[in-house]
Amino acid sequence: MNHSLVYLDHAATTPMLPAAIEAMTRQLTGVGNASSLHASGRGARRVVEESRETIAGVIGARPGDVVFTSGGTESDNLALKGIFWARRAEDPRRTRVLSTAIEHHAVLDPLHWLAASDGADVELLPVSPEGVLDLESLKDSVARDPESVALISVMWANNEVGSLQPIDEVVAIAAEHGIPVHTDAVQALGQVPVDFAASGVDALTFTGHKVGGPYGVGALVVRRDLAVSALVHGGGQERDIRSGTLDVPAIASLAAAVEESVKNQHEHAVRVAALRDDLVRRVVEVVPDAHLHGAPAGPGRLPGNAHLGFPGCEGDSLLMLLDARGIECSTGSACSAGVPQPSHVLLAMGCDADQARHSLRFSLGHTTTPGDIDALVEAIGPVVERARAAKAR
Amino acid sequence: MKVVAAMSGGVDSAVAAARAVQAGHEVTGVHLALSRNPASYRSGARGCCTIEDSNDARRAADVIGIPFYVWDLSDRFHEDVVEDFMDEYAAGRTPNPCLRCNEKIKFAAVLDRALALGFDAVATGHYAQLRTGADGLIEMHRATDHAKDQSYVLGVLDQQQLRHSLFPLGDTDKTAVRREAGSRGLLVADKPDSHDICFVADGDNAGWLREKLGDRAPNHGGDIVDATTGETVGSHTGTYGFTIGQRRGLHLGVPAADGKPRFVLDIEPVSGTVTVGPRERLAVDHVAGVRPRWCGTVPERVEGTVQMRAHGAEHRAVVIVSGDRVEIDLLDPAEGIAPGQAAVIYDGTRVVGSATIESTRPVEVDA
Repeated sequence: MNHSLVYLDHAATTPMLPAAIEAMTRQLTGVGNASSLHASGRGARRVVEESRETIAGVIGARPGDVVFTSGGTESDNLALKGIFWARRAEDPRRTRVLSTAIEHHAVLDPLHWLAASDGADVELLPVSPEGVLDLESLKDSVARDPESVALISVMWANNEVGSLQPIDEVVAIAAEHGIPVHTDAVQALGQVPVDFAASGVDALTFTGHKVGGPYGVGALVVRRDLAVSALVHGGGQERDIRSGTLDVPAIASLAAAVEESVKNQHEHAVRVAALRDDLVRRVVEVVPDAHLHGAPAGPGRLPGNAHLGFPGCEGDSLLMLLDARGIECSTGSACSAGVPQPSHVLLAMGCDADQARHSLRFSLGHTTTPGDIDALVEAIGPVVERARAAKAR
Repeated sequence: MKVVAAMSGGVDSAVAAARAVQAGHEVTGVHLALSRNPASYRSGARGCCTIEDSNDARRAADVIGIPFYVWDLSDRFHEDVVEDFMDEYAAGRTPNPCLRCNEKIKFAAVLDRALALGFDAVATGHYAQLRTGADGLIEMHRATDHAKDQSYVLGVLDQQQLRHSLFPLGDTDKTAVRREAGSRGLLVADKPDSHDICFVADGDNAGWLREKLGDRAPNHGGDIVDATTGETVGSHTGTYGFTIGQRRGLHLGVPAADGKPRFVLDIEPVSGTVTVGPRERLAVDHVAGVRPRWCGTVPERVEGTVQMRAHGAEHRAVVIVSGDRVEIDLLDPAEGIAPGQAAVIYDGTRVVGSATIESTRPVEVDA
């Protein structure tokens, strides 16, 4: 990475770990379709299965639970559609899907699609001003008619404001009625402790490029005994719920990244949280009315997330001015057309459209240094002043 | 200078941005998101509002090697351009939304924001030329390619706006711009020119207005009356579907007494009456304008020319300015002059300023 660049957007994607690059490049030189029966095929299959075992080992799953996919969006789609279809096929009364108003679009959009095109009754439950699911509304919603709930999906940690969700309580509420729970743990893995079996969830999404692995590979960890309908039909790979030739180099690299990031999670979290706390404290010193959105720094928040509101500014202006100074962050919500919409997460937390637009997300990661924080603190004062002048017009 | 290049996704603004870089400026590409719902705006041919256009602009910025952002001006655009467009048609006038967009969005909202963010100027792909006059003021002149000249739609810019504007294409003709785009490796080199109004998806103005105006429309129908006989010769479904000088789409039930084609002479939104008549009654020799905008020093009297629609003819005229009113005597009568359009006043190739046409006086017709 360019050394003059201050990269504070690790929640978007984080640089690959050397071990992951090494694992990937090693496999790129080989040949073998993991479904072939000859020696090369067996060799490829062995890499895939060892990778599966490595991942299962560090996240508290059985190897058979791990289904490789192309990443977080596919895993979320597979979980939501696949589990909804299978559960409704078992019992046609199961038409409800309960989720939260602050999910990633990879969850929200499949749910909207299921509602619009496939008769699902989707309920997006409210969150607190700190961005945490309101458990009472979940309880009420389940209690209203537990038999009709096909699935509950609650993210492990929010991608914009970093608030951790009460997964244990969600699982407890669901378990009373045997309702399966899916969680999108894309932002959580490697940042906070994630143990599939101990959490009690039935399905869990993660992706490679957020943990120092490559793009285009991830997994849905899903209990073997839970029926999931396939989205992609073909050669029957991955328990016949996700066909397609296995991407051996990417899977090997994913395993290396997951192993290292999970093993280093605690040390990483302590180091990054200290940098994040330093960032927040010093930015607020320079810009006194800047404030942290979401849960307070601590066990309820991702260690690398600093989502700050800058009253009187447009997030877009701040981003552009920082970018011009080589400091990269996010306004929290990207859109394929590049047209910024006020964040649905902040709106759900009770911010008005103006507040939702005046925010920036700084997300720290394994390459973040104290020098990065120094550079941001030095730049932020004049940048905010400029952006305020532009907004005032 | 630090320059914002407004990039629509079309060939002109892409080449303009590239030329600004070549001239040594530090350029940032900005695509203006003007629609609240991009899919509803015209795609392909029109160079402003679609996701595809945004992507074309982004790819052009990549090729040129400049940073690129999308600025969301959809609220301002809706308020200042789209709402104004509807109000004007509802009032029986014929607005020019492109002029309005230049006045209120590109060289106001965008320019203000750019200046506040530390930029010095906004560059666009408009065909017009800027020069510094003997008095030190910036003058705007017609482009050398008269067929592409866009000084008319820029006639609303004042000195302050002109000082912070760059029109890098003003001295080049369109074919040369396309050739240059090709040689610079810009994929939009062959993209069709934009036409029509960007927020009217299918070019059906009347249909769009009918849907959007709803209860705001002064009427949804009325009589079409022949000015020569006073007879009702047809009916219509809303005065907003008409513009002065229009010939097509009148659907007259009664043939004209004199057998000549009929043109719209007058639109009366309150009574809902559209008056039609023969072509000679379209001729006007005096135009009264309001809301003047001056590029430089405010003149008292101009003996020059006036252009009263985009790509319209130039008419020799004597213009008398008194405060917020502009009286224009046309030395050659003009036809089909619609209130709401801009009268842009020229001294030779130089734009002096503009006014919004409030009313016209027909040439006396011998009884």
